[in-house]
Amino acid sequence: MATPAALDAQNASVPRGRLPDARWTALEIAFWLIPIACFFLLPNYRVLASQILITALFAVSLDLILGYAGIVSLGHAAFFGIGGYTAGLLAVHGWHEPISGLVAAAAVATLAGYLVSFLVVRGGDLTRLMVTLGIGLMLWEAANKASSITGGVDGLSGVTIDPILGLWKFDIGGRTAFIYAFVVVFIVFLLIRRLVNSPFGLSLRGIREGGKRMPAIGAPVPRRLRTIFTIGAAVAGIAGALLAQTTQFVGIDTLGFPRSAELLIMLVLGGTGRLYGGLVGAAIFMVAQDYLSGINPVYWQLWIGLFLVVIVLFARGGILGGLDKVRARFSGRKATR
Amino acid sequence: MIGNIVGVLFDGVAYGSLLFIIAVGLSVTLGLMNFVNLAHGAFAMLGGYVCVMMMTRLGVPFLAALPAAFISAAVVGVVLERTLYQRLYRATHLDQVLFSIGIVFMSIAITTYFFGASQQPVTLPAYLRGQVHFLGIDFGVYRSFLIVVVAALTVALQYIIERTRFGSQVRASVDNATAAAGLGINVNRVFALTFALGSGLAGLGGGLGIDVLGLDPTFPLKYMVYFLLVVSVGGTGTIKGPLFAALILGVFDVAGKYYLPQVGGFVIYALMVILLIAFPAGLYGPRV
Repeated sequence: MATPAALDAQNASVPRGRLPDARWTALEIAFWLIPIACFFLLPNYRVLASQILITALFAVSLDLILGYAGIVSLGHAAFFGIGGYTAGLLAVHGWHEPISGLVAAAAVATLAGYLVSFLVVRGGDLTRLMVTLGIGLMLWEAANKASSITGGVDGLSGVTIDPILGLWKFDIGGRTAFIYAFVVVFIVFLLIRRLVNSPFGLSLRGIREGGKRMPAIGAPVPRRLRTIFTIGAAVAGIAGALLAQTTQFVGIDTLGFPRSAELLIMLVLGGTGRLYGGLVGAAIFMVAQDYLSGINPVYWQLWIGLFLVVIVLFARGGILGGLDKVRARFSGRKATR
Repeated sequence: MIGNIVGVLFDGVAYGSLLFIIAVGLSVTLGLMNFVNLAHGAFAMLGGYVCVMMMTRLGVPFLAALPAAFISAAVVGVVLERTLYQRLYRATHLDQVLFSIGIVFMSIAITTYFFGASQQPVTLPAYLRGQVHFLGIDFGVYRSFLIVVVAALTVALQYIIERTRFGSQVRASVDNATAAAGLGINVNRVFALTFALGSGLAGLGGGLGIDVLGLDPTFPLKYMVYFLLVVSVGGTGTIKGPLFAALILGVFDVAGKYYLPQVGGFVIYALMVILLIAFPAGLYGPRV
């Protein structure tokens, strides 16, 4: 994950004599035009496209804590599920307004993330891994056993959502759902983008690269980690709520370990610690899943496993990391490893 | 009532000793190579399937199939260690986690492809079935057999680690691999041998555990947490740490499922989080 090469590669894309700044590049603008183009050109895939957008946001939320702060989490789906169930339960019990439901889900996930962050910041990698895994499993088990509230393994159905702002009704073709998901994902992404380019975001990278040295320059490491973990949980909660509202259903698998593992895979596939890695990874993963698991679900698991092994052994940095290396080579500067 | 408690304790100890025999190899991998191997359960599954296939397809008796489970898991373990695992000893924990999740997914897919997704049946030999009536309480013969086997293995392991030359090389490498290499210990060979031993024990545990844990392609994922828990609670570098942790875990899990069935697996996960918070470095020893 946190190789100095990744940072070098990032810096390599900045022209000399200019500090890295948060200006929008043409590439970024082009990237965000892709989903809009999909909306108009591939109307039959709007449902898949909105799920990709939501998953991409979820992946970015993991990138905040893993890619930027270096906390390995195996239970990030817990917050996704909390957000989903909050939004879903509100809608089932009579609160059908979508935007306030989204805010409520974010609030609950934030609170949960804040509480968990105290446990996670303690200890080394292995303890963090186990604690996040354990909390994820606990929530799954709780949702499974409390089937009178959550619907158990059958999932929570009967989620009805009012038209957005009283104007746009959710339709079968997924038109409203797509626009809603796109707008929310984009706004949250803007905030995250601002955050990681702020001094706070830079201090997180400092912690990732050298956690022992950061206190020496006055950075309160545990507090920074708690903050970003809470923010990551909040964003995951928003993503979960979006999925619940747009699909009008909450499955128990939103809380499960496989969901956390898949998320990790997407992020690593795209490249960690670079904001767009999660977006690219989620898009490629979900399109591949849609295509390959249609052929045979067993093969899909084999491919994904093989793929992970190959990525770890030969292609650390993921797709975007690989592209950066290629670009660095073409611009005459050898990419350092 | 007393009989009930003794019965639960007994089942819990049998369950815990199985967990121990599977997870002890993981504790060595983690202590020795500092490698977070989530795929350890895949070796146990391999042992289990070797056992079942030898019994059902070749008609080998149960007790003769167990050594085969040990050997096949150990061989696959050493091959994987030399070809893949050893490349990642210096990698970050994230890379190791991803790599071993990849191995888990592949093992699940391959097993499903060859043997189907259903539970594998096992017929224990007649002399291991049934109950023994002792002091007014029924004890399962197979579970008693398990406890005896694991107790014998634990003594043997303790002897190997504490008294033999190989054992002292292992301990030296766990403490400080660089210094051990400087003293002329072939650390790579120690790594490979311990990895083989650990995988072999997992395979043996997988074979022994078919009757208790069940066996289907999702085995490595289903029990991953339990193995990791044994190791992270028990600490690394000792035999008694993981043993103690495995027994606690076994008893609590069985008791939780027996007395509080509506809560299910919740007890064990809650226990895990509490223990990890209270003892971030494991019950024994400062190392994790």
